[in-house]
Amino acid sequence: MRLRYLVPVALLLGLLVLLGIGLRHDPREVPSPLIGKPAPALSLAVLGREGSLLKTEDLKGRPVLVNYFASWCAACVDEHPFLMQLAAKGVEIIGVDYKDTPEDVQAWLARHGNPYRTVISDPQGSAGLDWGVYGAPETFVLDAQGTIVYKQIGAMNERVWEDRIAQHFGSRP
Amino acid sequence: MIPELGHFALIAALLVAVLQLLLPAWGVYRRDRRLMATAASAAQTQFLLILTSYLCLTWAFVSRDWSLAYVAANSHSDLPLAYRISAVWGAHEGSMLLWVLMLSAWGAAVSVFNRRLPPDLAATTLAVLGAVGIGFLLFILLTSNPFTVNFPVPDNGRDLNPLLQDPGLVIHPPMLYMGYVGFSVAFAFALAALISGRLDAAWARWTRPWTTTAWLFLTGGITLGSWWAYHELGWGGWWFWDPVENASFMPWLVGTALIHSLAVTEKRGQLKAWTVLLAILAFALSLLGTFLVRSGVLVSVHAFATDPARGIFILSFLAAVLGIAFVLYAWRAPRFVSEGELALFSREGLLLLNNVFLVTAAAAVLLGTLYPLLAEAFNLGKVSVGPPYFNMVFLPLTAPLAVLIGFASSVGWKRARVAEVFRRARLPLLAALIGGALLPLLLGHRLLIPAVAGGVLALWMLLTSVQELWRRVRARREAWAGLTQIPRAVWGMSLAHAGLGVWVLGVTFVSLYSIEQDVRLGPGQTAELAGYAFRFDGIVPRPGPNYDADHAQVQIEHEGRPVASLQPEKRLYRATRQVMTEAAVDHTPLRDLYVALGEPIDKNNAGGDWALRLYYKPMMRLVWWGGVLMALGGLIAVSDRRYRLARVASTQPLSSQVPA
Repeated sequence: MRLRYLVPVALLLGLLVLLGIGLRHDPREVPSPLIGKPAPALSLAVLGREGSLLKTEDLKGRPVLVNYFASWCAACVDEHPFLMQLAAKGVEIIGVDYKDTPEDVQAWLARHGNPYRTVISDPQGSAGLDWGVYGAPETFVLDAQGTIVYKQIGAMNERVWEDRIAQHFGSRP
Repeated sequence: MIPELGHFALIAALLVAVLQLLLPAWGVYRRDRRLMATAASAAQTQFLLILTSYLCLTWAFVSRDWSLAYVAANSHSDLPLAYRISAVWGAHEGSMLLWVLMLSAWGAAVSVFNRRLPPDLAATTLAVLGAVGIGFLLFILLTSNPFTVNFPVPDNGRDLNPLLQDPGLVIHPPMLYMGYVGFSVAFAFALAALISGRLDAAWARWTRPWTTTAWLFLTGGITLGSWWAYHELGWGGWWFWDPVENASFMPWLVGTALIHSLAVTEKRGQLKAWTVLLAILAFALSLLGTFLVRSGVLVSVHAFATDPARGIFILSFLAAVLGIAFVLYAWRAPRFVSEGELALFSREGLLLLNNVFLVTAAAAVLLGTLYPLLAEAFNLGKVSVGPPYFNMVFLPLTAPLAVLIGFASSVGWKRARVAEVFRRARLPLLAALIGGALLPLLLGHRLLIPAVAGGVLALWMLLTSVQELWRRVRARREAWAGLTQIPRAVWGMSLAHAGLGVWVLGVTFVSLYSIEQDVRLGPGQTAELAGYAFRFDGIVPRPGPNYDADHAQVQIEHEGRPVASLQPEKRLYRATRQVMTEAAVDHTPLRDLYVALGEPIDKNNAGGDWALRLYYKPMMRLVWWGGVLMALGGLIAVSDRRYRLARVASTQPLSSQVPA
């Protein structure tokens, strides 16, 4: 057996190792330029409480998750059960209803359950624009000073929570 | 009931695939002709079972059966019938079913058309296809079953991704998969050659039509995909070096190399081990493409729903299939000895060069596609390589190919005479140089060096291809007799090479001379672009079957004469609430005028000013016509009677004995 005929096997091994590593990473973790910066200004109507607004200042004082979601978004249904678990553990999640109507989202929450402490409406997606949202779902982790410490693009899951986010919530949940 | 039938048929197909692997393999080992012959019936049965399963899923879509999770996720009661049928392959699970349907169709075709092959070769080939089938069927049944039941049954479906609601997409994936999957046949032939240890001119002749057929489908699929992206994505682009596009382009490059090296193996008995390696690689890259698209390892505009379990399965499958193939190669390929020496200035020498460039290009694309993964594995941070890299490495690799093509028919096998070759090249070269320099001026563009270079190369390819046909016609006394005497293989080659010329011409002009402009227009206002006046005549709301559209009227005039009236749309699909841009295009062979509707400047006033994107794209059509010509060339080459005759002629000496 001549050595050069083994080159394809060697290349394949290298490729497989590389792809194996790739499988363990999440390609959606694109670094956000907002990480380490204070959360952008926000002033949106709270769903179900007429005339009441939620502002960025209201997010300070404790770590919170800000979750951009929508009733039209399929991946939001996927991550939803996990958000329900988090909420049950006492994690505060603020839902931003992205490019959606109040009626649709009320029906959606009634059907799937509501993990959100507060839901605010961003019907035009203008807050999403300021926050650099690519699409729903996206989740921002804010520390007690209101600084964005992590951003998850795409559905949230247990692994992301354990590896990246739980530490910002201390040992509490 | 019908979905259960489909599910059951799929499980039965898996069992048949297992038989298709084991029985013939055992037969080859025991040299038992009857056991070998079971391969053909197993392949045909497997095809019928998967077809049944596929039709059941189609029926579920047609009859709006929301009890199937896959149907509910990808259809809607308002979705038109044509899209309900094409929605079967609109997402991961169904497209995998289409994939195995085609795999089994190729297997069945091999079993029907290759009845005259030596029985052990035919049996081994089908057993390998059976093994590949097992992998994919298991993948579907274990991780991506389209027949999974939904409970509670929803009132309506969530609708097909609006991006996929386009005629181009109805045919693009099936064509692409036919090509992808088709390389499994060349792969199976290569493995059969390795296992039997026999690789001769007859083997190459049997493998050639299968490879060319797979290649022509892939060519057609990629061309359609590009055309679809241009019309549907609304960016005016036609190729994005997206991982998914690369996934189809890499097998194409290697498949093209394979077609050429098979010619050398058949005619000269050389490059044998290399040809086998290419056959394995072409299929390996198809599998890798599947992995990249469906495992979620790379982010792409073609995002399929991703799931780590699927990624691990395909990775293991990839490791098993390619591991076995490459180990077999390392073990057996050294015994394939070339017949005679290879002279560099000969047709086989040039074909070897062509292979070097094509495979290097494929490797460059692979590197660029995997670079984000590499960077991440070595902690270089998240990066995306992007079009600048690809354009930079791709150009120097393809330009020499274009030069080589011009010598495709004038350089003979074995050893060519330099003087004769250059005597024949003189005229087309001169014409290409003059034509290339004049072309931009004739079309009223600035003279740019890259445009002249591209034009010269394109004309060189075109003219030499035509010259070869012309030379053959002239060799006969009557033109008509000459024309009909040309072998189809030569027609096919000339057309494909001319197609590449046309393609290069299109790419050169469209990338250098395109003009685009973002404008703000109110009803009745006009914008100028490249001498064309675009008048925006306002928006009317227009509901479609499952969407609401803002339907715009744009009138185009050139030097005071009306040229075209275009109706770009902005559609809001009701079920998914997704907004899609339907660009409108007016085209002639020399230029495209492309209008895409942006957003209303004032969100609440659709009757006011709108943002519009206008493009002028010279020779855009040639990019696709080039692809069509190449695929057509492949089709004509495959129909060459040589292959049919060869099959009959070669039966006797080879099938009478079954070597170890």
